[in-house]
Amino acid sequence: MTTDPLHVPDVSEPYQPLPGRTRHTGFLTGPLRLGTSPSATVGPYLAIGLTWPDGIWAAEEGTEGGVWLRGRVFDGAGDVVPDAMVETWQADPDGGFPSPEDPRGAATYPGFRGFARAQTLTGEFGIFTLKPGRVPDGEGGLQAPHVDVSIFARGILDRVVTRIYFADEADANAEDVVLRGLPEDRRRTLVAERTDDGYRFDVHLQGDQETVFFAV
Amino acid sequence: MTGTTSGSRLHLPRYLREDDSLRTPVGFPDYKSTGLRAPLRTPVDLPQRLTEVTGPVLGEDRVKAEDADLTLRNGGEAVGQRILVYGRVLDSDGRPVPDALVEVWQANAGGRYRHVVDVFPAPLDPHFDGLGRVMTDSLGRYEFMTIKPGAYPWGNHHNAWRPAHIHFSLFGRAFTQRLVTQMYFPDDQLFGQDPIFNAIPAAARHRAISQFSLERTVDNWALAFEWNIVLRGTDQTPFETEDDGDVA
Repeated sequence: MTTDPLHVPDVSEPYQPLPGRTRHTGFLTGPLRLGTSPSATVGPYLAIGLTWPDGIWAAEEGTEGGVWLRGRVFDGAGDVVPDAMVETWQADPDGGFPSPEDPRGAATYPGFRGFARAQTLTGEFGIFTLKPGRVPDGEGGLQAPHVDVSIFARGILDRVVTRIYFADEADANAEDVVLRGLPEDRRRTLVAERTDDGYRFDVHLQGDQETVFFAV
Repeated sequence: MTGTTSGSRLHLPRYLREDDSLRTPVGFPDYKSTGLRAPLRTPVDLPQRLTEVTGPVLGEDRVKAEDADLTLRNGGEAVGQRILVYGRVLDSDGRPVPDALVEVWQANAGGRYRHVVDVFPAPLDPHFDGLGRVMTDSLGRYEFMTIKPGAYPWGNHHNAWRPAHIHFSLFGRAFTQRLVTQMYFPDDQLFGQDPIFNAIPAAARHRAISQFSLERTVDNWALAFEWNIVLRGTDQTPFETEDDGDVA
């Protein structure tokens, strides 16, 4: 007998949570009806499952105005982490997102996916993208151009989240609500420096220069 | 363009967050690799704005039909106990997460990964590469056929063995929902000594363990294990952001 793994029978009754699950207060407001699945580390073998041939291209290769975001991930001893995965998500140059979840409608900037993932096997990650535009901050202002970043690695049990801002956006950065909420010396850890072909953003998981990480 | 104004009234969902007492911490001392890698400072709360409540569309073109059967690779059948792994991907509101990419990877039946870093002297299986990809259907259901992964030693402490597990990576609709996790099997005798499993708060550990299903077990073919995955859901009442009236 064989089975078709894509053949999914109808569900005869609605999903029911396991007995004994309790309700908990959420991060913002309201109860969770179902407990969320606990995170776990990607471990050292993430390359098996998470390698994409087109992973690094948040914008298609050759897209006009494209930049490389490159950087390294350092551990608490100052050593480069060679088995991390960095994922990025960002707006297009007009500040739109190629996502149906954008209440302004999904943007369709030519050649732009907005998402990339890169591993650090060579000692650094590199992502090809377009510099994002400014995005409303929901408080009547505009956020400075930024890229949301998730970092996964052996030894990290839940992803860590940070943001990339851009050194050549000093005016926008000065009025950004998130950056303004940080002390000056911490703010610097989020700002990528200009390079010949784009920007450099190093991540320090620990230490005096520990990158600002966010709870989302 | 929308992006060059501060925007008209935006109705943004708010993604709830599990209580810290039920979330896996970023670092856990018994898991030695966390020592130099898990950040030590308290993370800064990031308000959920457009970047956080949106997410990439990763379509069917990323997945081939054969990606849902890990037991047939390189022209032959993988060695091991064939299992069907299935379940639903849901929000914490109980709503299905449809059309979502699910990526899985795992060790072979002997507990060996096809990866240069894995030097455990168990044999590689030429017909098992340990990679699977599926999309959830319109009701959030997923399933794939694989072999039960073996346990393996990993050097964290004396005689340290990872319980059998399958790695899962999920995208929901939003950056906020991203989840990478591991699925375990019922009644594994190795749970007690495994710091990666025990990093999960005790009250939430059962959420990481699949359940055996005789009902879905395929006669004369494969055992079945059900694992439902719950991503963060949203506050049911949308809120309106402030509007400065500057509409392009």
